[in-house]
Amino acid sequence: MPLLRVSALHKYYGDNHVLKGVDLSIEEGEVVALIGRSGSGKSTFLRTLNGLESISDGVIEVDGEYLDAARADLRTLRQKVGMVFQQFNLFPHLTVGENVMLAPQVVKKTSKAQARQLAEQMLARVGLGDKFDAYPDRLSGGQQQRVAIARALAMSPKVLLCDEITSALDPELVNEVLGVVRQLAKEGMTLIMVTHEMRFAREVGDKLVFMHHGKVHETGHPRDVFAAPRTAELANFIGSVMG
Amino acid sequence: MEFTLWDIVRNLLVGMQWTLLLSLVAFICGGVAGLLVLLARLSDNFVLRGAAKGYIELFQGTPLLMQLFMVFFGIALFGVDISAWMAAAIALTLFTSAFLAETWRGCVEAIPRGQWEASGSLAMTRLEQMRYVILPQALRIAVAPTVGFSVQVVKGTAVTSIIGFTELTKTGGMLANATFEPFLIYGLVAVGYFMLCYPLSLSARYLERRLHAPA
Repeated sequence: MPLLRVSALHKYYGDNHVLKGVDLSIEEGEVVALIGRSGSGKSTFLRTLNGLESISDGVIEVDGEYLDAARADLRTLRQKVGMVFQQFNLFPHLTVGENVMLAPQVVKKTSKAQARQLAEQMLARVGLGDKFDAYPDRLSGGQQQRVAIARALAMSPKVLLCDEITSALDPELVNEVLGVVRQLAKEGMTLIMVTHEMRFAREVGDKLVFMHHGKVHETGHPRDVFAAPRTAELANFIGSVMG
Repeated sequence: MEFTLWDIVRNLLVGMQWTLLLSLVAFICGGVAGLLVLLARLSDNFVLRGAAKGYIELFQGTPLLMQLFMVFFGIALFGVDISAWMAAAIALTLFTSAFLAETWRGCVEAIPRGQWEASGSLAMTRLEQMRYVILPQALRIAVAPTVGFSVQVVKGTAVTSIIGFTELTKTGGMLANATFEPFLIYGLVAVGYFMLCYPLSLSARYLERRLHAPA
């Protein structure tokens, strides 16, 4: 049984039909790269998966948790679906350690001592064990993004959504973040990434999902898809981004 | 009967104490009530949100003097005897709560949407997001305008003289009638308000510089 299954997902912004029936299923441990032109709906789609965007029609099922246009138990769903953002969105009034400790304490009622231990482990996992007491604005963009990953991991999500997490970074900082993601993939984390890093998608991804005009236009293993796209739209897209 | 300058100043100082006390009560009660109005204003329940919005519009859109009359004469209509002091405290509390709630709403809305999204994605409820992520950050930007608004509260207490509450302005009025020296007396009254308000303005400016500087 797939870990995540989306069927006939539609999303309207007013009259604007953004998602036009998305179907997708993702197995546990899969690393999925969502690609497509801007406006293809890939970010919107990603954001529906943890309820940041409401949906107009269709069903999302994550690890036994259902979400549709009428009902959504976001509290439960979001404990299963973590998210990392382009702009990091760390909490600036809290230290790095507190950023990671907050949700386990508040949402899962973990004791302070345990949350602290957990935060230390998660920060060590992203290579920032020594930054526990620093404030976010003292860190580089790459370090901030790694803290954001640690913060999401501290909730032990089943799936981690990554929304263009390297797009706001200076080029020399991209690799430290991708390194962490690569490590997570190796450890068996289920990842869904909206990304422009095509080489990374090809290297790490198990599945490539090309979105076009609000639909999943083509999917396949990145190696196959990059080598021999079946549709003209994907071939065009690959041509334009790979130069 | 002759009034010496000291008699005048002494009486004004007594009135000033009441002005100060009324300001403090209005500011503290108004602050607590304002926080509740703010939470209602930002709630995801549309009835609460609408009620809070109406409340704010009502008190921002009518003169403080009318609010005072409504409280003073309105409560008396129900056969409850209300002192000028109580009416003044209630009216100023309502007035203050509406303005503070609206000021604070601005501060909450100045917090970037990403903070809501990140805390929401960590499965926090709206109240938890407020409590741990949004309000602590909003507080920082709210301090200066809040202290600044306290100046308006102090000056606002002057209208309560009209329903006969003997604070600074009312005391001044009585003294002016008795001494026939309105210029001197109201000059001293003005100095009294200035002494209360100027330190507040100064601290608002200081806090604004301090809290807005990058950490």
